[in-house]
Amino acid sequence: MTMHSSTPVLTINNLSLEFPAYKNNVKALNGVSLHVNPGEIVGVVGESGSGKSVTAMLTMRLLPERSYRITEGSLSMLNRDMLAASEKELLQIRGRDAAMIFQEPMTALNPTRRIGRQMLDVIIHHQKISASDARQKAIALLRDMHIASPEQVLESYPFELSGGMRQRVMIALAFSCEPQLLIADEPTTALDVTVQRQVLLLLREKARQKGTAILLITHDMALVSQFCDRVYVMYTGAVVEQGCTNEVMGNPQHPYTQGLLSGLPEMVEPGHPLMTIPGQVPNLASLPVGCTFEERCPHSMPVCAKRPNLVSINGNDQRKSACWLPVKELS
Amino acid sequence: MNIAAIHTVTDIAPEILRLNDVRVRFPVSNDWLGRPKGHAHALNGIDLEVRAGETLGIVGESGCGKSTLAQLLMGLVAPTSGELNWVARKNGEGRNNVQIVFQDPQSSLDPRLPIWKIITEPLSARGNAPRAKMRDIAAKVASQVGIRPEYLDRFPHQFSGGQRQRIAIARALSSDPDIIVLDEPTSALDISVQAQILNLLAELQRARNLTYILISHNVSVVRHMANRVAVMYLGQIVELGSAGQVLDQPRHPYTRLLLEAVPRLGVPLHAEQIAAPTELPGNRQLPEGCFFRERCNLCTGGCEKPQAMKGNEHHRVRCHVKG
Repeated sequence: MTMHSSTPVLTINNLSLEFPAYKNNVKALNGVSLHVNPGEIVGVVGESGSGKSVTAMLTMRLLPERSYRITEGSLSMLNRDMLAASEKELLQIRGRDAAMIFQEPMTALNPTRRIGRQMLDVIIHHQKISASDARQKAIALLRDMHIASPEQVLESYPFELSGGMRQRVMIALAFSCEPQLLIADEPTTALDVTVQRQVLLLLREKARQKGTAILLITHDMALVSQFCDRVYVMYTGAVVEQGCTNEVMGNPQHPYTQGLLSGLPEMVEPGHPLMTIPGQVPNLASLPVGCTFEERCPHSMPVCAKRPNLVSINGNDQRKSACWLPVKELS
Repeated sequence: MNIAAIHTVTDIAPEILRLNDVRVRFPVSNDWLGRPKGHAHALNGIDLEVRAGETLGIVGESGCGKSTLAQLLMGLVAPTSGELNWVARKNGEGRNNVQIVFQDPQSSLDPRLPIWKIITEPLSARGNAPRAKMRDIAAKVASQVGIRPEYLDRFPHQFSGGQRQRIAIARALSSDPDIIVLDEPTSALDISVQAQILNLLAELQRARNLTYILISHNVSVVRHMANRVAVMYLGQIVELGSAGQVLDQPRHPYTRLLLEAVPRLGVPLHAEQIAAPTELPGNRQLPEGCFFRERCNLCTGGCEKPQAMKGNEHHRVRCHVKG
């Protein structure tokens, strides 16, 4: 599963990013550090405004240039500094070394062109093979996604396919150049549960087979617990907790993770009130100096006026939490 | 409040609405004389009763007719055949009052109205409340859903997603409706906000004896909120019963398939059935016999005949094998 010895395919180190705005700049990322090892499935969970999508978009350099400012930190993918890459280099990297799957396959595919045309464009651009070879390859990729009649799908327009089918086409396309890293930003939010399960299984099967690492961005805790090897929990643009999925889900250390998990309807008897996290996510344009979760935290203490660092738990350098509270042992 | 108590309450509660074999179909395209060439069969024989003070959960995949059912209850769509019977009317008026809370509070609130006008819109539409009192009513309902009265003159864009959903709930409450349809009320919200909204809905129901019809594809939300659950497939109810029985001991093969696919904390994903068909058959040409036959792993002789609902008052299933 996890390969600690090899160099990570993605390393984000203490990255801070802000969007310039009138008066106060919006600080979307505040010192994010994360890494993805080869062949690993890593989840990033958080609510809206936690910076998870900005992280994904920045990794592929898809944020509009000059709309943001990196204030500190570094981002390297496959030992290449992504923040310094030119547009020409990016065209080679995107799709070949790293691919991305978006939430809504209808908007990610071009509605005016047939599926075949769109798939062939990507394959020919990156692999320099003839159109007929590319077509054979596209058919094989779609067949791997358990699509019964690939030839027919290639001749279809995106609107002729169902949501699950479109997302399978996107996955086939993402794997077309055998990337080392796949970033999936809420890939199944627009799908039904039965289709969601199938798409996730296909994604995992293909990734394990090709040794592709996946960075899964989601807000669904249950999905992360089923799908990911490791997980990062983000809040106000920073990682507040990280570790192996079953450790984070089974014995959450940060009060925010604890709050997220106990707020799920399946955690209480039907009809009983749910646990809630009071208040709202603070405004990213005026974050407090101390711990950003302090005003919503049930364990708030005087020391919380200072912002806690992400520190290892029990000497395990994979398992970290950003909280002043002493480590809670599993009872 | 324990679950047994809720069930006894709903068992003796009076029915307020009964649907008898309701069918809805829409013409899809016309020939050169303007006659419809085909129909989309959205609802194919719904028998359902709604009791006062209960929460009726409706689950199913997209395309199963959940939203058409919501529109039917709202009176936005007329049944093609069958009938809706309003059994007992709370206010004794001529009009039935059904209100709805939509999925996305961003697009369901008028951006140009201050929220006190949004909240009292159903009252002005029905024209049965004095205009001078509107603001007072809005203030009262707003405080019930946790919106401060000093915010009444603000506009929707000045609120967060969770607060906007509270405003949408206040709007549904203001005209004292018989039934509130909750159409995916929390799926556009974050987890921590979802818990707040679900608690608010449960509290309001206890305080005001409201009747909810909760439409959702999130089974854990339905399990948490609902007293009774109806599972829909291709415009039919395939399983109907108390929430505990339908969601904890499902009998219909489709309900089982649906519940197995729901992501659960700490339960690993298994790779079986990776190539199983996951799409609904089209609703232009309805399948012969049991609608679920093609996807069913229990399919045997007898499935080629249309299925009827079987079982007792508390748990009915549309399946001759498991019924």
